[in-house]
Amino acid sequence: MTVSTELELKSFVLLRLGERRFAVAADHTAELVSPSRVFSFPHRTPGIEGVILRRGRIVPVCDVAEKLIGTRLTTRRFYLIALRRYGQRMEWVAIPVTGECELINAELTAASASDEPHVAAWLSHGGDVIEVLNLDALTPGLETLRVGFVAASQPGAETDCGREAEARP
Amino acid sequence: MPSPAPEKPGTLRAEQIILFRIGEQLFALSSSSVQEVRGADSLSGGAREITAPGIDKVRQFVRRGPNTLFLVNGAGHFGLAAPEGILAFVLRNTRTALLVDGIERMTTMTRLQALPLSFCHEERQWYRGLTALDQTVVPVVRPEGFLSDKELMMLDAALPPRDASREETDIELEAEASTDTNLGRELN
Repeated sequence: MTVSTELELKSFVLLRLGERRFAVAADHTAELVSPSRVFSFPHRTPGIEGVILRRGRIVPVCDVAEKLIGTRLTTRRFYLIALRRYGQRMEWVAIPVTGECELINAELTAASASDEPHVAAWLSHGGDVIEVLNLDALTPGLETLRVGFVAASQPGAETDCGREAEARP
Repeated sequence: MPSPAPEKPGTLRAEQIILFRIGEQLFALSSSSVQEVRGADSLSGGAREITAPGIDKVRQFVRRGPNTLFLVNGAGHFGLAAPEGILAFVLRNTRTALLVDGIERMTTMTRLQALPLSFCHEERQWYRGLTALDQTVVPVVRPEGFLSDKELMMLDAALPPRDASREETDIELEAEASTDTNLGRELN
């Protein structure tokens, strides 16, 4: 009996951070936008610069460069708007990148147990072996929420993110 | 383009808000949450010192009849480098008098977007959400988020015995009667 492995090509967006390239599943990306004004306000979550306004939505800007290449970005050319899963919900996050993004089709190699949590898989492209990013592990979210804040985030639509909370007098 | 969640149709109702500043930072607060706006000096004139370990943002309290109000330094609460505010918002249904630098203006918001789930620390208690006003994003503060139950317990424990002079209590009650203001109604 022969076991054949069916190789499936999948679509990815290649993004550039400094000299390195990383990949995100294309079906988890929304668009690439020019840098716009970042609105900042006090908060205590590391890795979030602030928020941008995009299509009427408020989108957090998550600089993942420090985790991935060990340094913060000093220049940025675009924000890659990607989808980040929070349990059953999906929300947009804006990831600053330093160059053009590229849409490619590639085969995946599964990540191993020894890989970092943010590595969802690997792909080979243009002679490079490139990490496919797991944004859920790379960007902050409620899974890192301390117990004391869970209660505050549960009731009502106002903190049930992804849903627009209606202003109530 | 994938979208995380469809916009919900429905009639949006306007909510009147006060835009205020602490240092350079703009915040919004529902006007119905504000019971009084006072000069910090007039409020702290009858205030007494308090020191609770780990709660540096509160250094004074005011007794009002059976109740005690804690003066919360807004800059200290949010970790902003700004001097102590010169205005005090007495927040309705709380024991907080919030010290801020000034009122920017009053306006209305028609949409409050939940704080994105990427924000996952104290700010989830601080803010009801975010609103976009004139192409600017403003955090809408949660009145009850300035002092947690644990902090209130610690502050209560640090209060001196209730031996305040009769005169002080009377003055404060009188002041309360004369300045109690529902901004939501009066400035509408």
